[in-house]
Amino acid sequence: MSRVGLALRAAAFVAAAVVVALAPRFISSYHALEWSQVAIYFVALIGLNVLTGYSGQVSLGHGAFMAIGGYTSAILIAHHHVHDVWTIPLAGLVAGGVGLAFGLPALRLTGLYLALATFAVAVAFPPLVRKFDHFTGGNQGLILNLHTNDWLYYLSWSIAGGALLVGWLVLATPIGRSFRALRDSEVAAVSFGVSPALYKTLAFGISSFFAGVAGSLFAISSAYVNPETFPITLSLFLVVGLAVGGLGSLPGGVVGAILIQFLPTYAQHVSKQAPQVIEGAILVGVMLLLPGGAAGLLRIAANRSVVHSSQQS
Amino acid sequence: MALLELQDVEARYGPIRALHGISIAVGEGEVVALLGANGAGKTTTLRAVSGTVRRSGRILFAGRSLERRSPEAVARAGIAHVPEGRGTFAELTVRENLRLGAWTRRGRLRAEQERVLRYFPALAERVGQPAGTLSGGEQQMLALGRALMARPRLLMLDEPSLGLAPLVVSGIFAILRRLNEEEGVSVLLVEQNATLALEAASTAYVLEVGRVALAGPADELRAHESVRRSYLGY
Amino acid sequence: MANFWQQVVSGLATGGIYASLALALVIVYRSTGVINFAQGEMATFATFLAWTFVDHGISFWPAFALTLAAAFAGGVALERVVIRPVQGRSVLTAVIVTIGLLILINGATQWIWGGAVRKFPSPFSTRPIHVGSAAFSIQDIGIVGVSVAAVALLTVLFRFTKVGLGLRAAAVNPDESRLVGVPVGWMLALGWGLASALGAVSGMMVAPIVFLDPNMMQGVLLYAFAAAVLGGLSSPVGAVVGGLSLGVFLNLLGTYWSTFSGDMRLVGGLAVILVVLLVRPAGLFGRPAVRRV
Repeated sequence: MSRVGLALRAAAFVAAAVVVALAPRFISSYHALEWSQVAIYFVALIGLNVLTGYSGQVSLGHGAFMAIGGYTSAILIAHHHVHDVWTIPLAGLVAGGVGLAFGLPALRLTGLYLALATFAVAVAFPPLVRKFDHFTGGNQGLILNLHTNDWLYYLSWSIAGGALLVGWLVLATPIGRSFRALRDSEVAAVSFGVSPALYKTLAFGISSFFAGVAGSLFAISSAYVNPETFPITLSLFLVVGLAVGGLGSLPGGVVGAILIQFLPTYAQHVSKQAPQVIEGAILVGVMLLLPGGAAGLLRIAANRSVVHSSQQS
Repeated sequence: MALLELQDVEARYGPIRALHGISIAVGEGEVVALLGANGAGKTTTLRAVSGTVRRSGRILFAGRSLERRSPEAVARAGIAHVPEGRGTFAELTVRENLRLGAWTRRGRLRAEQERVLRYFPALAERVGQPAGTLSGGEQQMLALGRALMARPRLLMLDEPSLGLAPLVVSGIFAILRRLNEEEGVSVLLVEQNATLALEAASTAYVLEVGRVALAGPADELRAHESVRRSYLGY
Repeated sequence: MANFWQQVVSGLATGGIYASLALALVIVYRSTGVINFAQGEMATFATFLAWTFVDHGISFWPAFALTLAAAFAGGVALERVVIRPVQGRSVLTAVIVTIGLLILINGATQWIWGGAVRKFPSPFSTRPIHVGSAAFSIQDIGIVGVSVAAVALLTVLFRFTKVGLGLRAAAVNPDESRLVGVPVGWMLALGWGLASALGAVSGMMVAPIVFLDPNMMQGVLLYAFAAAVLGGLSSPVGAVVGGLSLGVFLNLLGTYWSTFSGDMRLVGGLAVILVVLLVRPAGLFGRPAVRRV
């Protein structure tokens, strides 16, 4: 990335950070809670983007990794009385570890098979949670501490900001280049000495770390977890958000997160089930018409303006 | 009026232009050969006719335009295209491959199948076998047989000799000659083996980089200086 | 011992349900290269349609037939409108589109019929038949019968008709098929239509047992995936064998190892998927995929 590009990006980030930091003064407490949810989905989407958008592995089960993080935090808070905030990195590490462990056998699965397997993991997860009820509280779930909405807002957005920076950092390193090489052509990447095993597993670990952090935040902000907290639809909506925000664009995840959080609220005016129909239609529509998602739109607009300005000069 | 006429046909693969305006003709009952080096556009020409590549220009078959027709419609019009690599359906049996060839026809297929198998007795023994288990030569015969099941007016063959032993190849060309003489099937033949092609054909075109470089009766081309040097090896 | 055979038969019944949906998945995969994550929801929608027909006074088997026709038409329409445009593109695009369909159709089902659980009529009585000391439910036997009939009909279609030949050819080698005049586009749409009808069979067979609700087929979809993977994603025979054996296996597993009863059978299904994909990804009857370099 060029110096100018880097500077622009940094400026945009700072500007956004200022907006985010000042916003709670102007919005109601309830809205602050809603926007903190957006931050949580954003963190999960950053992770999913690293996995799918950058290293080309399709996962339909990221909700399960969120669940692992969420339940880790919940168990630590409810059973062991650990302070909420400290559980977040722990949740991320546990989820990341499971992701690494999953990433290894997942190497043998490609494309469709991986999607299938992760889908199955997400569907089979709630029963597992119910089964181990002495840890997880089974169907009754676990109750956690309450916090103010503003506190949750600042917590989620600071972590989201940190996650974005970490994500950018990782992608800027040779690790990130290897991811992209793998996504574009695994065979070519191998011939360049990129070891698919290492990097794909790493991608799984990194992305599930993010998911675990998101899940932990989710649990903390809901102050409650039970097997229904992380259903298969969560995993699927994450994919929706990813596609809409744009594969391969980390900041695009914000658009996706906004969609996941707010579409149900607004579509419910039409009917209780309308959100799903609209989400589904949007997803299909986006893939048919705009495969690049929101980020793709921006890229097109950016290209047009470049062409425009070069035509004018 | 020729059976098949191409006038100023251009074809492209995405942004890359492969044919820069070629004009060829195949008369009724003729065998026409397309010669040229790799990448000259021979295969693309066949694809332009069968509609499997983006093309522009006039393409007339029996006086009717083929320009807007899909590959399926071109097949229905009476053109059988046997692509490079034979394109047999490896998982289907020999019998099923032949039946598939007659897709555009109605009526009793059993008689049709027997008629075709008379040309290829080796296949008759193997009707129940999956096509993928046949040898290269047998697969080429199957591809030809499949094309014949449709009773085409024009047979387009892409590199029939590719990867086959000389004895097998001459067997196939002998069958081609029979088809042309006995059944009046017109043939448009793409062949890298110029000697064989010029023996079998009455007219030939030499393509270079998407254009017709030379055209004329096969005998003349066989004697032509540059053809001899570049394609016949002497 | 009697219990064992009872469990086997009822396992065959659930297995028949899985096999129908698995076969639908395999038909779609073979012809269009897509794993249709929405296959279950399409089946649910069709089953709700059937319920509406019955609710309006149409008796079961005519309603069954009507539903099959409607499901067929729906499948054809979906393929032409939604799947056709994305067929050339990446795996991810196709997956996401079918996920979108899953979400959309599930939402539409809830929108039209609401989320309440309903009873679905069974054409078979639940009276038991006694063989020796074992009691077999007529319903179970009926389900096995319907599934077998559906599979048999499809087999006849694929193996012995011109259309079936065209379907197989278009699935295996679309470019070649065009050259002999097979209308590949319509063949693919036909494949989707048949798969959709098969899914409807699966839905209408399972609904009397688990009761009709919009999320009814989600578990069945997982089992169908497991069956298809076990049998080999590209093998229709495999889907059927995989489905039947999975049904029996999970039933026996749940009976003799209580950890895996009820919901936990989903975990059993997941385990089958993971083990097969790791040990022998091509499944029992599939061909190992060769990576073209």
